[in-house]
Amino acid sequence: MNSDQSRPNPDTLLRMMKKEEEKEKKGKLKVFFGMCAGVGKTYDMLKDAHGEIAKGGDVVVGYVETHKRPETEALLKDLPIIPRKTIEYRGTLLEEMDLDAVLARKPKLVLVDELAHTNAPGCRHTKRYQDVLELLDNGIDVFTTLNVQHLESRAEAVGQITGITVHETVPDSVFEAADEVEILDISPDELLKRLAEGKVYTPERSRQAIENFFRTGNLTALREMSLRITAERVDRQLRDYMQRQRIPGPWKSGQRLVVGISPSPRSISLIRWARRLAYTMDASWVVVYVEPSGVSDEKEKDQLLKNVKVARELGAETIITSDEDIAGALLRVAREQNAGQIFIGNPRRRRFSRGSRLVDDLLKRTHDLDIYIVAREEETEHQKNHFVFPQIESGYAQYLLSSAVVLLTALICFPLTPLIGGYRSVSLIILLAVSLLPLRMGPGPVLIAAGVGALAWDFLFIPPLFTFSVGHLEDMMMLGIYFIVAAVTGVLSARLRGRDKAARQREERTSALFALAKDLSSAHSQDEVIKAAVTNISKHFEADVAVFLGEADGDLSPQPHPASSMVPDAKEISVSAWVYWNEKPAGKNTDTLPFAQATYYPISGPRYPLGVISVRLRENRKLGVDQESLLENFITQIASAVERELLNEYTKKSIVIEESERLYKTLFSSVSHELRTPVATIMGASENLMRDVATPSGTTNLVYAKEIHIAAERLNRLVAHLLDMTRLESGMLQPKLDWSDIRDVIHGATKELERELALHPVTVNIPDDMPLMMLDFGLMEQVLVNLLHNAVVHTPAGTTISVDSFVSNGEGVIIVADTGPGVPQDVLPRIFDKFYRAPNASTGGTGLGLAIVRGFVEAHGGTIAAQNRAAGGAEFTIRIPLKNESLQSEPKPQ
Amino acid sequence: MTSKPVILVVDDEPQMRRLLQLTLETNGFTIHTASTGNEGVMKAASERPELVILDLGLPDMDGSEVLKKVREWSTVPVLVLSVRSAEEDIVGCLDAGADDYLVKPFRTGELLARVRAALRHRLTLEEKILFISHGLSVDLSSRIVRKGDEIVKLTATEYALLALFVKNAGRVLTHRFILEQVWGPAQAEETQYTRVYVGQLRKKIEDDPSDPKLLLTESGIGYRLTVDE
Repeated sequence: MNSDQSRPNPDTLLRMMKKEEEKEKKGKLKVFFGMCAGVGKTYDMLKDAHGEIAKGGDVVVGYVETHKRPETEALLKDLPIIPRKTIEYRGTLLEEMDLDAVLARKPKLVLVDELAHTNAPGCRHTKRYQDVLELLDNGIDVFTTLNVQHLESRAEAVGQITGITVHETVPDSVFEAADEVEILDISPDELLKRLAEGKVYTPERSRQAIENFFRTGNLTALREMSLRITAERVDRQLRDYMQRQRIPGPWKSGQRLVVGISPSPRSISLIRWARRLAYTMDASWVVVYVEPSGVSDEKEKDQLLKNVKVARELGAETIITSDEDIAGALLRVAREQNAGQIFIGNPRRRRFSRGSRLVDDLLKRTHDLDIYIVAREEETEHQKNHFVFPQIESGYAQYLLSSAVVLLTALICFPLTPLIGGYRSVSLIILLAVSLLPLRMGPGPVLIAAGVGALAWDFLFIPPLFTFSVGHLEDMMMLGIYFIVAAVTGVLSARLRGRDKAARQREERTSALFALAKDLSSAHSQDEVIKAAVTNISKHFEADVAVFLGEADGDLSPQPHPASSMVPDAKEISVSAWVYWNEKPAGKNTDTLPFAQATYYPISGPRYPLGVISVRLRENRKLGVDQESLLENFITQIASAVERELLNEYTKKSIVIEESERLYKTLFSSVSHELRTPVATIMGASENLMRDVATPSGTTNLVYAKEIHIAAERLNRLVAHLLDMTRLESGMLQPKLDWSDIRDVIHGATKELERELALHPVTVNIPDDMPLMMLDFGLMEQVLVNLLHNAVVHTPAGTTISVDSFVSNGEGVIIVADTGPGVPQDVLPRIFDKFYRAPNASTGGTGLGLAIVRGFVEAHGGTIAAQNRAAGGAEFTIRIPLKNESLQSEPKPQ
Repeated sequence: MTSKPVILVVDDEPQMRRLLQLTLETNGFTIHTASTGNEGVMKAASERPELVILDLGLPDMDGSEVLKKVREWSTVPVLVLSVRSAEEDIVGCLDAGADDYLVKPFRTGELLARVRAALRHRLTLEEKILFISHGLSVDLSSRIVRKGDEIVKLTATEYALLALFVKNAGRVLTHRFILEQVWGPAQAEETQYTRVYVGQLRKKIEDDPSDPKLLLTESGIGYRLTVDE
């Protein structure tokens, strides 16, 4: 072993760090662990709780069962207790821990007795350990108690030892994740003594208990088991420690086990066994189910789901793949997973079974992998009765139907025998019927049909009639050949069809995923992503879908996204909120809030939850394992698309913020300059005027007064522009269109600028038949004022300005042109931008005038364009659509 | 008229009151001031001014309220002086009985011209019957309109329109008012009538119809017939 191997690999270290990081946020779990009831777990837990209180801890009792033991009750007396929740179920009142009350109270530490307890229907979770996990997730420490027989991986062994089946189990992962485990160990004799003293149960129950369960043998076995579990745990902790501290030692290789399971309850034993092995080998393990074609009934589906769930709870990675060639698929997965060992259960020898061939296949086709066949454990009577028949792959109905079809064919042929050329031809017709059966049936029924067909032919057709005996040797041969041909064609084509079906299913799955990926990647907004998600899920799973997204403040939106295909009621929406905050699926067909109408899946982002998808299957269906995993794939893809769009939105927002910041800066610098310059002039000039009062000198006064006046006009213009711009930006600008004579508008504008235009002669050209136009007189006048003022500011004195107006192509055209130097080519595209001022432009402009012009013209539904004239000078062309009624109608005076 | 005309200035800004008082007093008017609407209404009754200059943004009530209260018992000319430049505000005031409207900031020359025009509203009946301005003479009794020496031929509607302007010479007339008076209340929204007829009228009475001196357009509000200074 070289030194490198002794180093923990980076992934492992990262995983450990992550584990510890998560733990810091989470509450700590302490388990008081014992071999059975009566060892003093609850008592000890309460004593520890008192210790915590003495240290100043905030401790409450979530749920503690004293079993009326006086010592325990005495300890419980002084502790603050969260009142239990009562749930009525079928007429009886059941008491459960009030999870929401505890979460709302948010203590530092809560005591929750009997971790393995099953909650009453109507609680949020079906199991109490799930309540505990939620408490831990919310940062609340938990003390709890657990007996060894309730540990998932040991339940069966305990059942075998004591003869009592354990129903309430806790996944080993929960136990393993405990931060602290305190084992309560007393000797069996001591326990029996306590029992006899009535410290555990009432005398009557004690007697019963001693006879049934508390036998010394049982107790010793349970004690050994619980001690060994604790020892394993300590061993593992030591290993973790050594690995982290890089203490050289015998490292376990990164082994990986592949466990092949079937939809049979026996697989659970195999899974448990594999888990124990993986744990002691310190290996990771993968549970694989290879789904062959063929009709699998509901019971098998349910059992398979259960098996997969158990495997997941025990910490296995699970893979479901469909393949007709089970051995091939197992080997493929093992290679992909880089596993060294394959474990399968010892196949039960069954009729027409391919099971034993699986072992042969595996052995034959591998040289580098170890194949382990795990002994089948004894089944209980109940299980036997239940599962003998489903061993045959197809249901009863199929067998009956296939036999009936063949019999019917035989009976129809019976009276027609002479017509179709003797009894030998009949065999061909029956053969035809048998070979058509695989179109609808699995291999089993086809085989039976072949047999039934052979018997029917023998009985009804082969002489001597109505006996099963066969007269001639060649008939015997015919019968034999018939049977073989029927069986072979039937079974082969059934299997072919099966393979075909599996391939088709795979293809459907792939194409569904592909379609989703395509839709998601072509979506350009969050809304489109949600729409694609809803459409794809509802189409592929025949379900109603609702999507809830997280809002900006981090909460989940109580309203489903508008693209959703259903609207859940308020009660359902509370389920979505739970899923959102806990990032775990809940609702129908799960263990959390199973009474909801739909199943809720979290859309998880890498750092925070993004939303929730609610799926309600139509017609009350249930998803198969493969469909479930496909849905998970769907949701993973959707999550990444939702996150992508979220990031996009953030980016867009930050661009908008940047843009508005830039605008703010421009506005600030421009406006402050434009405001301060005239104010400075006014202050300076007026101050001089005031001083001059004593020594009046007419000419200077006039100069100052003129300066003040010019500055004031400049200020006035800026204020007007800012007000106009605000009107535009507010979106409140509603032009009050009225019939207007464009001559009047132009005249008004030139009048207003009379003084500024003194050195810029304006020529107006308007044809006599120019119709009235629908304009907002004030706005359009301002447009012309701004354009004329612009021309005055940017052209030398003496430059003429022309204003032309005419009708062209159903539009009223107004052209304001000058004969000045024109606009630099690179300025033209930005000339209408807010606060844009051409470089080297003369002072006095606000950078808003042309932006206002454009805004006002567009408010009229018109356009404005700027260009340089060929003959020199700038030219602004306004086009305003004419209304049809603008054609002058002669008014009728009264 | 030898006594100085009395003008009431209603404005809440002391600086504006000082400026108006200074400007108007140096131009030969007697000034009373009020800083609230109530004070304005009271002084309009007690001081019997010949003109009221009214601000709209008053602390206790809106200027239009003051206008309404004054109009209940008085026909004194009211000149509204306000920062509100929206056309509906201006038209609203004029329709409510204001005689003129000037937007702040204003030029003092303009203000004085408007004040004089408003005071001249009180023309004698004779002056009204024979109106002369910018070479135009209108004799309302004989219905003869002359431009210089020539008689101008007007259609019935044109004459009705011109007569309305003459009777209200110097005042801004809103489109609505003109339409109601000439064409009747049913046509009060048909502003194209006034546009067209004012255009026709201008061609007949103005020296240069594209640069009118007599019939002025008040942008977005209406028209005004100017009176010789």
